[in-house]
Amino acid sequence: MSNRCAVIGVGQTAYTTKRHDVSIAGLVREAALRALEDAGLTFKDIDAVVIGKAPDLFEGVMMPEAYLADALGAAGKPMMRVHTAGSVGGSTGLVGASLIQGGVHERVLVVAFEKQSESNATWALSTHLPFNASLVVGAGGYFAPHIREYIRRSGAPDHIGTLVAVKDRLNALKNPYAHLKIPGINREMVESTPMLWEPIRYLETCPSSDGACAMVLSSESKVTGTPAWVLGTAMRSEPIFRAGRDTVNPQGGKDCAADVYAQAGITDPRRELDVAEVYVPFSWYEPMWLENLGFAAEGEGWKLTESGATALDGDIPWNASGGVLSSNPIGASGLIRFAEAAQQVRGMAGEHQVDGARRALGHAYGGGAQFFAMWIVGSRKP
Amino acid sequence: MPSEDLVADHVLEFPGGYTRTTGPVIGRFLTELRDGRILGVRTQEGRVLVPPLEYDPGTGDPVTGEWVEVGPSGTLAAWSWVHEPRPQHPLDRPFAWALIKLDGADTCLVHAVDAGDPKTLRPGTRVRPRWSAERTGSITDIACFVPEVTRIVSPVRVPYKIRAGASLSRFLEGIRAGTFLGSRCTTCDKVYVPYRSSCPECGNAISGEVTLPDTGTVTTFAINNLPDPRAPQVPFVSAYILIDGADVPMIALLGDVPAHEVRQGMRVRAVWVPEEERTAGMGNIKWFAPTGEQDVEL
Repeated sequence: MSNRCAVIGVGQTAYTTKRHDVSIAGLVREAALRALEDAGLTFKDIDAVVIGKAPDLFEGVMMPEAYLADALGAAGKPMMRVHTAGSVGGSTGLVGASLIQGGVHERVLVVAFEKQSESNATWALSTHLPFNASLVVGAGGYFAPHIREYIRRSGAPDHIGTLVAVKDRLNALKNPYAHLKIPGINREMVESTPMLWEPIRYLETCPSSDGACAMVLSSESKVTGTPAWVLGTAMRSEPIFRAGRDTVNPQGGKDCAADVYAQAGITDPRRELDVAEVYVPFSWYEPMWLENLGFAAEGEGWKLTESGATALDGDIPWNASGGVLSSNPIGASGLIRFAEAAQQVRGMAGEHQVDGARRALGHAYGGGAQFFAMWIVGSRKP
Repeated sequence: MPSEDLVADHVLEFPGGYTRTTGPVIGRFLTELRDGRILGVRTQEGRVLVPPLEYDPGTGDPVTGEWVEVGPSGTLAAWSWVHEPRPQHPLDRPFAWALIKLDGADTCLVHAVDAGDPKTLRPGTRVRPRWSAERTGSITDIACFVPEVTRIVSPVRVPYKIRAGASLSRFLEGIRAGTFLGSRCTTCDKVYVPYRSSCPECGNAISGEVTLPDTGTVTTFAINNLPDPRAPQVPFVSAYILIDGADVPMIALLGDVPAHEVRQGMRVRAVWVPEEERTAGMGNIKWFAPTGEQDVEL
């Protein structure tokens, strides 16, 4: 059995298109200092730092972890970088947690960031290598066909994606850190925006954000303040070009969920979890992941969305924070999901708090839906 | 009668130039300027005037003897862009005449801003003086103001050679010949295309080469409304095509069909460029086009 681990501090920056006022170092430090302040600690109290971000090509800084050691108070301490594409924020949290659970360290600072305004992620994801004629244009171009296949298989009506796009942006209006805040957002507004990668509309995609998120993780004996206890952690990956790979409902996601539920003693996630922060960068991924994560039977996820169950006042709110659809500093997006799950069970989520949340899921995925990272956190010590 | 107007040039100039006795207030300002410092003076009401005046223009009271170092940075309050500078202007290229509120001052200083492009200026833009090489105690000791450095461009360019590798080279030989080469993992009994030499499922080495036809079925697709240099027009369709006999789909461009007539299950065939134009690259395939056969049930 592993040692207990708790989240004792969370820090986020206000997500926005361009943080022209800070360097990358200033950005990550802002999140780190807020997490430390939340925990009532300073850099001196930290044993090790784990940092995550998406591909180096996004900012064109090679090995940013080396340059950021000073900003994160890591001098003389172990520091490592995690990279698992879009799921990296989640994986970063899990690597940090494993250092506590394995008894290596007492307090670990985990930080993840992206400063998308320094270049263009679609460019970085579509570098057109020689010999290769793969016609993928950015993440939207990659995921659109899988969404189309989900719609065909499930028979979901067209407006489901629109409902999620509206719901998450309504939630974002209650989150002071959210990037996209669209007062009066409604279905007509979403439907009036152009198709970028049909069937994905402009307002059914995530924004490009600058931002960082940090957490202080602690062993049981070093807990300060209000802890969120880690009840389960799991990561899975699968090869992208495997014959017979189900790109709509990937096996890696199902296996990862089964593992994290087993650790937390959960058999019926919809009823036993109070809130979930799930990586939904394109609105249709909510019904897809509702099925992949066992909240609904295969082909039934869209009905849960349509019923309003995943809204802030539903029985299983998804992305109360506004989610990736409202803020997407790519490398940080997974860690934000994990941090928002922790804030919910700490009762510190503010205006988007789900009343009495005791157990929450944090989820991230990346690559061609081939890397998965999940944790479950709870208000009660396991 | 005079046959023309009598016109002559004349210059009125006091030899050596007029002097201006500065008085204690303006003199102090110019003396500090010569030393590379910008000072303002405080009025009896507590405001800091930059440039200083001897008497408060609001009240007529003499200013106090309190000097305050301001700037050297400030923010842009307003400006007028000069597209064609005149000979007597401080800069020989387009610039802005601007009202600059220096940090710590309550009034604006008029000076030139060398910004290159008027689009870079906004109310609130931070600027800083560029000092003249030789200072004499004059407002022109500040040659002009320039925007602060907030962002630099960091060009990263990594030229390198990509070797296609044995498997991809073999596949591209097939493409040059107008065929799709795949490989069969005998352990998993799955056919991979493009040709590869190890199985992503079981990890075993693959040796069996399979020649596949250039026909297949569209399993799913995206209609892209964003332009791409590799696509002939917008919108274009990028499709997952399961080549007949293969177990993994390839992503390729669809053509010869309006985007909104593409269907999942549609039968397609590769459209090859003429043989004499072919190279060892995927450019040999213009796109896939519908065969007209009945759709396949997915």
